[in-house]
Amino acid sequence: MDVAATETNVWGGGQKPLNASYGKLMMWFFIVSDALTFSGFLVAYGFSRFKNIDSWPIADEVFTHFPFLHGVDAPMYYVALMTFILIFSSVTMVLAVDAGHHMQKGKVVLYMFLTIIGGAVFVGSQAWEWKNFIKGEYGALETKGGQILQFVNADTGKRVALEAFATNIDTPRATHQNSNGIWFVGETSLPTFSVAEVTRGFEANENLRIRIQKLNAEGHKTVLTREASLNKIGQAVAVVEGANLIHNEYGNRLFADFFFFITGFHGFHVFSGVIINIIIFLNVMMGTYEKRGHYEMVEKVGLYWHFVDLVWVFVFTFFYLV
Amino acid sequence: MAQETHKLAIFRGLLKFKSNQQKIWGVLIFLSIVTTIEVVLGIVKPAPLNTMFLRMKLLNWIFIILTIVKAYYIAWDFMHIRDEKGSLKSAIVLPLLILIPYLVFILLVEGNYIFDVMRDGFVSWNF
Repeated sequence: MDVAATETNVWGGGQKPLNASYGKLMMWFFIVSDALTFSGFLVAYGFSRFKNIDSWPIADEVFTHFPFLHGVDAPMYYVALMTFILIFSSVTMVLAVDAGHHMQKGKVVLYMFLTIIGGAVFVGSQAWEWKNFIKGEYGALETKGGQILQFVNADTGKRVALEAFATNIDTPRATHQNSNGIWFVGETSLPTFSVAEVTRGFEANENLRIRIQKLNAEGHKTVLTREASLNKIGQAVAVVEGANLIHNEYGNRLFADFFFFITGFHGFHVFSGVIINIIIFLNVMMGTYEKRGHYEMVEKVGLYWHFVDLVWVFVFTFFYLV
Repeated sequence: MAQETHKLAIFRGLLKFKSNQQKIWGVLIFLSIVTTIEVVLGIVKPAPLNTMFLRMKLLNWIFIILTIVKAYYIAWDFMHIRDEKGSLKSAIVLPLLILIPYLVFILLVEGNYIFDVMRDGFVSWNF
């Protein structure tokens, strides 16, 4: 092929038709495919939610904790803080990229460092959020069909924790350990109370009502009458404290599954982003890119980091706001 | 990658910045304002916005639109799509713009159908 033909043919090789390097293009392709993966997850969440639109848990009642404020009902504030942390670390990243364009090594080091700190704080916050979600707050009963029965005080309208009313019944039933019994049969720890204890406590307290998952016309959870509550508690088969992949005291178990899956997948992205940032940070410190003559690697990890921020914007909306 | 290639105007040229760094801070302020509005609306939940619009609460529509606005500015200014060539821009954005709404449409309609079946059909979840 002669030189003139190469120059006139944009896609003939030896050119940069998209005005971006190979590495940057590959990062973009990865991001596009990863964006489709995340949209698959989020749309699956939407599907399950539309399927149970009249009984889905209310996020404001689930995520109510804020560090050092025990017992204070603070929905939204903590995730809002996490969102700001992530946006801010995105800004320091883009400043690092900009400093790289100007070949200012010191500034790149500083901004990369701040980005890593921001990412680490975010991952830590998410771990704390998970801890609260797994531990649970009030406890609930579960029926055979997997419906969740929660307890409210009819006088105040506030939720009541199981430990506030469940009466103790002496029972020899203890957690079965495979060290003292059939070795191949084991169980995870029993809930603090048995269904019988909760039922007896409920019968003894006249002002307690059961709250079911169904939403009423105003968008609140339906609270049953005393008679209906007494009838409903007979259907309970298990005590649920906290949430895991099988049981969820906050309501529909799919909610917990998607919460763990989507925020977990996102948290893993943030974690790997922090690791990649650290590697690039060390390279910057050693002067690898100074010698190479350009800081394009910083730009590439920057793209990934902004993408992680972008995904969080959507997770924030669909899990906490909508 | 010369820094002179940055396009420094946002809001369709309404706001022009002197340098790329100034633009970054400007976009941060804008994103913070949008997030603050979202959080305030999420905590207050003003009653007039609870009216239904196109089968969804008006408030939820506002949240989704604000989210897309935020996503646009993160992609355009932080990920520098604004500075890329038109062909690369479309190669990135068009697949997402076509496939995601399609998936959303198809699965949400299906989810809604299953909800109707469980509500009106012969199976009921009352145990």
